[in-house]
Amino acid sequence: MKAFAPLIILLPLLGATVIGLGGFVAPGFRNQKGLIGALATICVAVPFAIVLGLFLGYDGNPVNIQLFSWMKTGSLDLSFGYTFDELSLLMGMIVTGVGALIHLYSTGYMHSDPGYYKFFLYLNLFIFAMLNLILGDNMVVTFLGWEGVGACSYFLIGFWYTDMEKAKAAQKAFVANRIGDFAFLVAMFIIYTNLGSLRYDAITITGDTAYWVALLLFIAATGKSAQIPLFVWLPDAMAGPTPVSALIHAATMVTSGIYLIARTSTGVFMQPGAEGVLLLISIVGAFTAIMAALIAITQNDIKKVLAYSTVSQLGFMFVALGAGAFSTAIFHVMTHAFFKACLFLGSGSVIHAMEHAHCVDDPQDIRTMGGLKKYMPHTSMTFWISTLAIAGIPGLSGFFSKDEILGKTFAAGHVNGGYYFVWVLCAITAFLTAFYMTRVTFLTFNGNKRYPEHDSHGHHVHIHESPAVMTIPLWVLAILAIVGGYVGLPEIIGHGHYNWISHHWLSKVVNNRVLHAEFSTEIILITASIAIAFAGVLLSYRLYNRYGITGDEKVQKFFGGFYKVMQNKFYLDEIYNAAVIRPFVYLSEHGVLAFDKTVVDGAVNGAGKAAYSIGGVLRTMQTGFVQNYALIMVGGILAFVGYLLFF
Amino acid sequence: MSPSTLFLYLALSAAIFAIGAIGVLTRRNAIVVFICVELMLNAVNLTLVSFSRYWNDPAGSMLVFFVMCVAAAEAVVGLAIIIALFRNYKHANISEVNIFKW
Repeated sequence: MKAFAPLIILLPLLGATVIGLGGFVAPGFRNQKGLIGALATICVAVPFAIVLGLFLGYDGNPVNIQLFSWMKTGSLDLSFGYTFDELSLLMGMIVTGVGALIHLYSTGYMHSDPGYYKFFLYLNLFIFAMLNLILGDNMVVTFLGWEGVGACSYFLIGFWYTDMEKAKAAQKAFVANRIGDFAFLVAMFIIYTNLGSLRYDAITITGDTAYWVALLLFIAATGKSAQIPLFVWLPDAMAGPTPVSALIHAATMVTSGIYLIARTSTGVFMQPGAEGVLLLISIVGAFTAIMAALIAITQNDIKKVLAYSTVSQLGFMFVALGAGAFSTAIFHVMTHAFFKACLFLGSGSVIHAMEHAHCVDDPQDIRTMGGLKKYMPHTSMTFWISTLAIAGIPGLSGFFSKDEILGKTFAAGHVNGGYYFVWVLCAITAFLTAFYMTRVTFLTFNGNKRYPEHDSHGHHVHIHESPAVMTIPLWVLAILAIVGGYVGLPEIIGHGHYNWISHHWLSKVVNNRVLHAEFSTEIILITASIAIAFAGVLLSYRLYNRYGITGDEKVQKFFGGFYKVMQNKFYLDEIYNAAVIRPFVYLSEHGVLAFDKTVVDGAVNGAGKAAYSIGGVLRTMQTGFVQNYALIMVGGILAFVGYLLFF
Repeated sequence: MSPSTLFLYLALSAAIFAIGAIGVLTRRNAIVVFICVELMLNAVNLTLVSFSRYWNDPAGSMLVFFVMCVAAAEAVVGLAIIIALFRNYKHANISEVNIFKW
């Protein structure tokens, strides 16, 4: 299998190149939708098969391949090297597996879009960049992938760029990510000056340097993985096509910050000196989680709810990272990839159906949905499964990973009391998650129809289930959302010995903090998390079953004046506008512009003018008379000879 | 060859060279300027031959042949330029030719 390993990285690149060049050179190729879709899907499915083969044949020794040397200057030696160890194989399976399913789904979803070939070009390019990010054996290759996924994310959020709002959303994502990228670069510089190498297996940093590197890597992660203060781009990123939201903005790219921290856990985050950053990561994660969950309750756009839910779940992952339970965070990355991809694809299926029914202005507004269960049985079933999974109902994947996060956070309270506070925030968020996810699912698929009976042409509205290429990925992901959690059974069963993913698989790569609670505490914790999940789901179900869409008024009454704050997303966009963007624009227009015009332009133009006027004087020497030149020459020779003779 | 004889040869050579240089700088007719250039070249040749005899070293005499060759080639190019000049201006007065002026 090792011989095929380079294909994992090269096939998606090949797919992107063929589709891109084909569509660019031969416009007729753009209409070969079956061919393009199949090619793009195969270029992700085959790498998945190879990663799976490597995974099944894994003997405990990481496989390293070196494609070629990139640059060699002085002590800097960069090469395109890739490592297949426990962590990168797991991430690789998630990226290529979920990626292949979403490619398949997109062949149906994007079928009538004029930018079909472009879409698959970007999607394959994204998979290529993402694989560089997770498989690279040094930070530079990871950074290359990091920038690559950022660029693809930008292309795909602004996929329908003729809509100004969507183009702006793409820019916002790009700029917010740039801040994180800057921190990543500085972290790399510090590591390189200290160690002279950027290979992951060579990184070991302690003391104050560890603190700063950890902090910078965390800031880098807050950009890509949408945490406070940089998460504002992710909800807007929903402007892209829905499969993109599922693949990039839920399952894979946004988890790269978590991957980065887990990857450097041994060398940086668990080194003495970085403890302060770990607690900070947990606190930021917990606040992000609860903030996003509160916003999600008030949103009526089905994709916006899912976007805030993603931010909230990413917050959970950061809480786990901060508690020192790195493998638990990766576990949640995996289960979240299954159920959130399923939810997003399900929402895409709903949007697809509502669009084709031509009966509402906004096909994403849950206020004009309701009762879709009857017409879309597959979408409805898979959506409900995933909702219950994310809510944390026992037996489904989300329960296992979320319960582990809560348990580990509570156990970390022994290390620092601050983690108890984080645990409380997370428990509240878990309840809110169950509540708002049940709300959005119920309002979409159950209850009364709220869309009009007749469309604008007076035809009777028929809602249709999506084609098989779309429902098959939904079912695969829904089944994974059920069974995906059994690789990490809770502590109370055999004291964690059956927790395959944390205790057996990942423990060799990531350096987990040793966290154990009393058996009785574990029982109480797991009971609490089961109770929280059921309470959230049942309360929400009963509320919206009884009152329908007007159930929101009850929620509004409960929160009082705070509801308006939640609805307006805590005014974060407005605050950023007033605190950063407007002062920046003001400064550019009034201070820097004048400086630029007078000083910078003055210097540049002044240099040109000076050269021009000096030339104007000097050129008068060029009389054009040969004898003048000869005279000057003789004068020069005489002066030269005179100098030699007399001095 | 005694040093005093060498001095005479060098003085003659310097005089011819000076006459040539002044001619190049002051005369207006291109042909005359050209002849003055040849004078300067031959003044140098005379110097070379004188020193060659004085030191009994044939290298200087050899160099003279090279100078003559180059001078012949230079004469071809120079005369061609003068002919081209004359065809355009109907005269060969270089003080009226300044097309390379700024």
